[in-house]
Amino acid sequence: MFTYIARRLTVAVPTILILITISFVLMWSAPGSPFMGEKLPPPEVMANLEAKYGLDQPYWKQYVDYLTNVIFHFDFGPSFKFKDRTVNDIIAQGFPVTLTYGFWSFIVAVIFGVGLGVTAAIRHNTWLDYLSVGFAIGSQSIPNYVMAPILVLVFTLWLGWLPGGGWEGGTWDHIIMPVIALSTSYFASIARITRSSMLEVLNSGFIRTAKAKGLPMSRVILKHALKPALLPVLSYLGPAFVGMVTGSVIIDQYFSTGGIGQFFVNSAFNRDYSTMMGITILVGTLTIIFNLLVDVLYAWIDPKIRY
Amino acid sequence: MKIKTTLMASTAALLVLSGAAFAASPMAGETLAADQTFTYQDIDESPSIDPGMVEDVSGSAVVRNLFEGLMNQDADGNLIPGVATGYDLSDDKMTYTFHLRADAKWSNGDPVTAGDFVYAWRRAADPATASPYAWFVTDITGIKGAGAVGSGDAAPDTLGVEAADDQTLVVHLERPVPYFAQTVTHATMFPVPQAVVEAHGAEWTRPENIVGNGAYVLTEHVPQERMVMERNANYWNDGETVINKVVRLIINDETQAFTRWQAGELDLVGVPTGQYLSLKEQYPAEIYSNPRLCTYYYNFNMRDNAPEWMKDVRVRQALNLGFDRTVITDGILQAGQIPAYTFTPPTTAGFTVPVVESAAMTQDERNELAKSLMAEAGYGPDNPISAEILYNTSEGHKSIAIAVSQMWKENLGIESTINNMEWGTFLEARGAGQFEISRAGWCGDYNEASTFLDLYGSGSGYNDAGYNSAEVDALLAEAKTAEDPQSLYNQIETIAAADAPIIPIYFYTSVGARQATLKGWPDNNVENAWYARDLYKVE
Amino acid sequence: MYPDKTKMESLAEATNLAEVKGRSLWSDARTRFARNKAAVGGLVVLIAILLFALLGSFFQAWTYEAIDWKLMGRVAQIGGPSVENGHYFGADELGRDLYARVVQGTGISIMVGVVGSLVAVIVGTLYGATAGFFGGRIDNIMMRTVDVLMSIPFMFVLILMLVIWGRSITMLFVGIGLISWLDMARIVRGQTLTIKNKEFVEAAIAVGVSPFTIILRHIVPNLLGIVVVYATLLIPGLIMAESFISFLGLGVQEPMTSLGALIQAGSKQMLYGAWWQIAFPLFFFLATLFAFTFVGDGLRDALDPKDR
Repeated sequence: MFTYIARRLTVAVPTILILITISFVLMWSAPGSPFMGEKLPPPEVMANLEAKYGLDQPYWKQYVDYLTNVIFHFDFGPSFKFKDRTVNDIIAQGFPVTLTYGFWSFIVAVIFGVGLGVTAAIRHNTWLDYLSVGFAIGSQSIPNYVMAPILVLVFTLWLGWLPGGGWEGGTWDHIIMPVIALSTSYFASIARITRSSMLEVLNSGFIRTAKAKGLPMSRVILKHALKPALLPVLSYLGPAFVGMVTGSVIIDQYFSTGGIGQFFVNSAFNRDYSTMMGITILVGTLTIIFNLLVDVLYAWIDPKIRY
Repeated sequence: MKIKTTLMASTAALLVLSGAAFAASPMAGETLAADQTFTYQDIDESPSIDPGMVEDVSGSAVVRNLFEGLMNQDADGNLIPGVATGYDLSDDKMTYTFHLRADAKWSNGDPVTAGDFVYAWRRAADPATASPYAWFVTDITGIKGAGAVGSGDAAPDTLGVEAADDQTLVVHLERPVPYFAQTVTHATMFPVPQAVVEAHGAEWTRPENIVGNGAYVLTEHVPQERMVMERNANYWNDGETVINKVVRLIINDETQAFTRWQAGELDLVGVPTGQYLSLKEQYPAEIYSNPRLCTYYYNFNMRDNAPEWMKDVRVRQALNLGFDRTVITDGILQAGQIPAYTFTPPTTAGFTVPVVESAAMTQDERNELAKSLMAEAGYGPDNPISAEILYNTSEGHKSIAIAVSQMWKENLGIESTINNMEWGTFLEARGAGQFEISRAGWCGDYNEASTFLDLYGSGSGYNDAGYNSAEVDALLAEAKTAEDPQSLYNQIETIAAADAPIIPIYFYTSVGARQATLKGWPDNNVENAWYARDLYKVE
Repeated sequence: MYPDKTKMESLAEATNLAEVKGRSLWSDARTRFARNKAAVGGLVVLIAILLFALLGSFFQAWTYEAIDWKLMGRVAQIGGPSVENGHYFGADELGRDLYARVVQGTGISIMVGVVGSLVAVIVGTLYGATAGFFGGRIDNIMMRTVDVLMSIPFMFVLILMLVIWGRSITMLFVGIGLISWLDMARIVRGQTLTIKNKEFVEAAIAVGVSPFTIILRHIVPNLLGIVVVYATLLIPGLIMAESFISFLGLGVQEPMTSLGALIQAGSKQMLYGAWWQIAFPLFFFLATLFAFTFVGDGLRDALDPKDR
C-alpha cells in the first residue's frame, strides 16, 4: 500500500513538471502581449514592462526562474494584469470562494445523485426510473448560462428571496444559487453511475439471498447493497470534486462571486501568464491529490483490490 | 499681459444662480433619501486604480472618486476648480501657474502640495514606472522635456514642472497646447502620495494602505467582485458631499446585471445590447442614452500587403458608400447612435463636423454611386472581389460585421467573410497590419478634435489603417500651433473622406439605466466624467 | 456526462466472454436492444434529428445567413415563428431565419460530437492496443504517460490552443476528441492484454505477421463492441463541451453556427420576449443529448447481458 502511494507520488512530480512545461510553451507561442491595450504602449514603456516582469530574459531562464520560485518559495509571481496583486493573492482570495460553493455543490450533488440513482434502480423500468434518468440528464444538459439568468429571474426579481449575485464573504443567501447551478452539472453523472451499479448489485447472488431470507427491502439496500454499489461512484467523485472546488467560469461570471473559476479562462484571454500558470498548477495538483485519495479510499473500502 | 483665469470666482457666482455647479445640490422640493449608498455596475475589474497606472475608463472613474486633480469637470464637461482654485497662463501660452487651495488634504490629514503633483507626473512619465498611460504625459500634454523623460534619455526630474512653493505649481510647455488645462482632469495627471507609494510599492492601492485626496477612501476591494468607497472626512469639500458610500460591483454579464437592477440591487447599470428600444418603453424615465466622444469605424489595410483591389480608392469608396449606416444605428444598436461619415464626433468641443459629399446623399444615391464606382474600377459579377472583416469577439461587433457584410453582398455583390479573434490576438494582427478590413473604436483622451485627427498622421502609433498622406501630415503639424484650427481640421476630414483609409460607421452614445431616485448624473459630459460627490439620492 | 468507466470495463469483460463462448454477440444484442423501449425511442428520435439536419435545408424559405431587413430591430415584437413569412422558428436577434440556423447548427453540433468521438476512439484504441500488445517496458511508459496526461486540465489546454492558433473547425474537432481518448486507451489496453494470449493471435505472431497488422486485423475488430458503445456515449459530452467553447466565443465562425452558439445567443434574449430564440435550439440540443444517451445506454445494456 505504501509503496503504491510512494510510486503514485513519484509520478505526480513529473506530471506537474509536464503541466508547467506545456503551459509555458503555449504561452510563448501565443500572439499578443499582456501589456497590449487598444492603445499600444510605446516601445520604451513596453521594454520596461517586459523587463519588470522578466519577459526580456531568454526563455530557458524564465522557465528556470519560474520553477525555482514556485518550488522553493511557493511564489507564483505578480499578476500581469492586476498591478497590485500577486498570483498568490488572487488564489488566496478566489480559491476559498470556489472551495465554499464547490464543497456545498459536491454535498448536494452526491446526496441528490445517489438518491436519484438508487430510486431509479429500485424502481427499474417503471415511470419513476425513466423520470429520474430523464430529470438527471435534462438538468445536466441545460447549459449553466441558461440556468443562471432563469434562477436570478425567479429568486431575485420575482420572489425577491435571494440577492442576484455577489459574495460578501460567503453568506448563505449568496451561496444558494451558485450551488444549484453547479451541482446540477454533476449530479446526473453520479445518478447514472449509481443507478447502473446498483442494478448490477441488486441482481447479484448475495442480495438475492438476503431478499430470500425475507429481510425488508430498505434494510437490504442500506445494509448490503449500497456500499458495493457506491464503489464505482467513488472513482468518479475524485475528478468531480476537483472540478467543483475549482469553480466554473460561468458561475463566477453570472453570479459575480469573485471565485477562481473565471481566472482560469480570463487569464488566458488577458495573457496574464503568471495567473494562468498558477491556476493551472493549482488545478493539476488538486487533480493528482484527489485521484490518489480516491484510489487509496477505494483500496481501503474494497478489500478485493491489492496493490 | 497675463490672462488671469479666475475660475473659482465665476463658478461660485454660478452656484448662487443655478444651484448646480460642482457639488451634490438637491433641487427645491426634493427630499434626500435616508440611505445615501450609490451602487453601480462595471463589466470587468480594472487592472489598476493607481492614478499613474490606470488604463481603462471604469478604473479612471474610480480614480476620480478616490483622488482629485488640479481641475475637475462639471456636468457639461467645462473646467471647474479642483485642488487648484485656478491658473495663470503666460503671454506665450507656454507656462501654466496653478494655485492650489490651502485646505486640500490627503485622507491621512497631510496637506496636498504642489510637490505631490510634481512627483506624480514625473512618476507617470518615468519609463521605470512602466505606466501603460505614460504616453499621455509624454506625448499629449506637451510638457517640456516629457518626450525625453519618456524615452529614458533624460532623468525624470528634468520634466518641465516645478513646485514654486507648496501652493503653486508651475508647468512649462514645449509648445502652446490649447487643450492643456483639460488634460489635468485626466486620471493620469492626479497626485499620488509619495510616502505611501514608496512605503508599499505596487501594493499601495490596497484598502489597508491607500491614501487619497478625493471625496472617498477605499475601504474594501475584492477583485472581480466588489469595491467599497466611503466618505473622506478630510476632503476639502466634504461638507457638500451627499453620497456616503459608493459600491462598485463587477458583473460580467449585462443581462444578469440588468435583472439585478430591476430587482433594485443597483442604482446604475448598462443596458443589454440590442434591448434599448423595448426597455426604454418599459422604463422611459430610467433608461438614458448620452452622447459620447467616441467613433466606431473600420480600417482598410493601406499597406503594401493589402489585396490589389483595396489599393483602388474607388473600391474603398464603394465599400464606404455601399451599406446603410442607419441599419446599424437604428436596427442593431437602437440607442441614439449617430451615423458617421467622417471621423471626429460632433460632440467634440469647438468642432463642427464638415459636411462631406457622402454624408449629404440618400442611401439609394450612395448605393448607385458605389455600384458605378465598382464598375469603373472593373469589378463586378464577372470579376468579383471578396473581403474579410476582422473584429474582436463580442456580440455587438459580430452583429455589425454580419449586417455590413450582408449589405455589401446585396448592394455590391461582394462576398465578404467575417473573422473574429479574441482580444489579444486581434490587437496583434491589427497592429501588424495582418488584415483586410478591421474593426476599431476610438475615444477622445481630451475634448479637442486633435485627439481624433492625430490618428490620420503617418507617425501615429494608433494609425492601424497605415494611412500615409503627406498633405494630411502637413495640415496636422500646422494645426498644432494654429490660432483657430477648425478650417485645417475641415480640410483633413475632407481629404480623408476622399482617400477613404477608414470607413466611419457611427458615433457612440453611453447607454445605461439608473434608478429614478438617483440625481445629479452628468448627462451632458461627453467624456462621461462623473464624480460620486456630485450625485445624490432622493426618496 | 462522460461514459462511466466501470461499466465500460464490465462491458469489456462481457464482450470477451461472448467471444469465448462463440455466441453470436451481435444478433443477441439486436434482440435485447429492440426490447429496450428507451433505447428504441432514442434511436427513432436520433434518426429524426439526423434527417432534420441533413434534409431540413430543402424546406427552408431563407438561407442561414440572409438577414430579413423587415424584421431587423423589431425581432422581439414581430420576429416570432410564422408560416407566412417563412420563418417557421422565428428569427434570430439580427433577423436571420432561425429555422435555417437551427438546421445548420444541429448539423455542426452532431458533427463535432461524432468526429470528436471518432478521433478519441481511434487514438485511444490504437494507443491502448499498441501498449497492450507490446507489453513490458513500452506498455509501462505508454501507460504512465496516460496517467500523467490524465491530471492535465485538457479543456484549458484546448481553450489555449483555440486562443493561440485561432479558431478553426478542424481544431475544434481534433481538440475536442483529444480531450477524451485517455479512458479509451486504458480500457482497450486491458482488453488487448487478454486477447493477446488467444490462439489466433499467437498463431499470427508465429507466422511472422507484423505487429501493426496484428493489432489492426485481429485485435481491433474484437474490440468493436466496446468501441461503438464508448463512442456513442462520448458524443453527448462532446456536444456539451462544444457548447461551452461557443459560450467563450471560441466556437465555429459566423455566419456558421452550432446549437451551443444559438443557445448562448438565445439566452441573452430570452428575458426580453424572444422566447423562440432559446426554445428551438434548446429543444434540439436536449433531444440530441437524450437520444445519444439512451441509444448509448441501450447499446451497452444490449451488449452486456450481465446487467439484465
